Amino acid sequence: MKLITAVIKPHRLDEVKDALQAFGVHGLTVTEASGYGRQRGHTEVYRGAEYTVDLVPKLRVEILVEDEDAEQLIEVVVKAARTGKIGDGKVWSVPVETAVRVRTGERGPDAL
Amino acid sequence: MPDGFSAGDTAFVFISAALVMVMTPGLAFFYGGMVRVKSTLNMLAMSFISLAIVSVLWVLYGYSLAFGPDAGAGLIGNLDFLGMRGIDLNALTGSIPVTAFAAFQLMFAIITPALISGAIADRARFASWSLFVALWASVVYFPVAHWVFFFDGGQGGWLGDRNGVIDFAGGTAVHINAGAAGLALALVLGRRVGFRKDPMRPHSLPLVMLGSGLLWFGWFGFNAGSALAANGVAGMAFVNTQVATAAAMLGWLAYERLRHGAFTTLGAASGAVAGLVAITPACGSVSPLGAIAVGLIAGVACAAAIGLKYRLGLDDSLDVVGVHLVGGVIGSLLVGLFATGHVGQSAAGLFYGGGFGQLGRQVLGVAAVLAYSFVLSWLLGTAIQKTIGFRVAEDVEVSGIDQAEHAESAYDFSALGAGLARTAPAPAAVAAATAEKTEVDAR
Repeated sequence: MKLITAVIKPHRLDEVKDALQAFGVHGLTVTEASGYGRQRGHTEVYRGAEYTVDLVPKLRVEILVEDEDAEQLIEVVVKAARTGKIGDGKVWSVPVETAVRVRTGERGPDAL
Repeated sequence: MPDGFSAGDTAFVFISAALVMVMTPGLAFFYGGMVRVKSTLNMLAMSFISLAIVSVLWVLYGYSLAFGPDAGAGLIGNLDFLGMRGIDLNALTGSIPVTAFAAFQLMFAIITPALISGAIADRARFASWSLFVALWASVVYFPVAHWVFFFDGGQGGWLGDRNGVIDFAGGTAVHINAGAAGLALALVLGRRVGFRKDPMRPHSLPLVMLGSGLLWFGWFGFNAGSALAANGVAGMAFVNTQVATAAAMLGWLAYERLRHGAFTTLGAASGAVAGLVAITPACGSVSPLGAIAVGLIAGVACAAAIGLKYRLGLDDSLDVVGVHLVGGVIGSLLVGLFATGHVGQSAAGLFYGGGFGQLGRQVLGVAAVLAYSFVLSWLLGTAIQKTIGFRVAEDVEVSGIDQAEHAESAYDFSALGAGLARTAPAPAAVAAATAEKTEVDAR
C-alpha cells in the first residue's frame, strides 16, 4: 500500500474530491495546513509595523491506496489540483506497512 | 426640586453618564482585539477592573477629593463628602442634581486609568495592576480632576477655574493624564519579550472596530454631556465631536496610504480615536470648521507619532502615548489657536484675535498635568515593581498571561476542546489554579 499526500490550494479541494471519487477512491483525510514553497507569503501593515506573512494556508489531503493504483492516482490528484499558477502545491507518496479498519479489524488492502 | 433645576438637563446628563460608562467596555474591546490571542482576556480585564475599583473609591473619597470644596490653592477637594454623605438630595450643580453630576464624573474617573493599560499589554500582574489603578486614581486622577473640572467662582481648581485653562471634556485631565502615565509605566515595566523581533499582530480587528465604534458612540456623552445641559453648547460639542473624528480618520488613512500603501481598518479605528481625543478639550470652544482642522491635524500627527516607539525602543504596546498623549497635547494646544471666543467659553484663541494669552494658558495646563502624571505614575509603578512586583514571569508572558492570571482561555474554536477535561469540581479547580499561580510566582 501507499500513502499519497497532497498539499494543495484550499479552493481546489472540490475538484480533487470529485476527481478522486470518479477514480473510485472512497475515503480521504483533509487537514488544514500552512506552509510555503516558492510562492512565499505577503506583507501586512498594522499601525505602521510591517509584517511579512511567510506561511500561506493550504490543505493537506491524505489517501491510502493499493500499490498498483498509486501512480495513476497521483496523476489524477495533480491534474485536479493544478491552476498553473505559483503555489499549486506538491504531491508525494510513501510506502505503508499496514492498515486496519477499526470497526471490523480487516487488515491490508481489505481495510481500504 | 429647587429653583434652577432642569429636568431636561438632568435627563441628558444621566444619558450621557451611561454613554460614558459604555466607553470602558468599548475600550476593553478596542485594546483586546489588538493583542495576541493569549492575552485577550487580561486586556479586557484590565479595563473592566477599573469599573469595579474606581466606582467604590469614588463613593468612599474620590468624589470628595475631586469635587468637594477646595482644601487650598485649587489643588484638591476637602473631605466634606466622604462616603458621599452630606450631599443634599436637592442640591444642584448648575441645573442638575449633584448626584447626577457625581455619577457623570465617576465615568470619567473609571475610563482614565483603563486607558493606561494599553501601554503595558501582555505583561502586568493583575493584582499589581489593580493596586496601581486604586493608587493612581487616588493620588493622580482625583486631584487632577479637581484642578481641571472643579469650578467654584474662581475658588475652584487651579488650572480650570483659577488660570483659565480650557479643557471642555478632559484633554488634559483624561488623555494627557493617562498618556503620560502610560509612558511612565511602559518605562517601568520594560519591553515585552520579543518586542521588535516577534510578530505581534492584532488577533481580531473586528473587535477593534467594534470597540472603536462603542468609544465613538459613548464619546457623545463624554463631550456633549460635558456641557452639563441640553443646550446649544452641547449641540456644538456634539457636531464638533463628529466632524473632528471624521476628519482625523481621513487624515490617518491618507498618511497611511502614502506611507505604507494601504488603507487599513486598524488605521481607520485608530484615526477615529485620535480625533475623539483631540477634540475632547476643544469641542466646547471651536467652530465646526475649527474642529475639522483639529481632527485632521491630530489624525496625521498621531499616525506619524506611533512609529516613534520602534525607533526609541519604547514598548508602549497599544500606542497610549502616540494616540492619547500626542492627541491630547495637540487638542489642548489647538484650543489656544482655534477657540472662537463665542462658543461656550469666552476666551478667544490666536486665530480669532485673542492673541497668545489663551495659548499660554493651554501650555500651562498641558505641562502641569503631563509632568505631574508622569512623575507620580513613575513613582507608583516603581514602588509596586520593587515591592510586590509588577511584571509576570517571562515563561508566563511567553505562554500567555490569560492562563496564568485568569485561569481561562478567550476562545475555544476546537471541536475537540483542545484536550480539555473536567478534572475536579469547580471550587477545587479554582484552588488548583491558585496553587499553580503561587508556584509560578515562587519561581
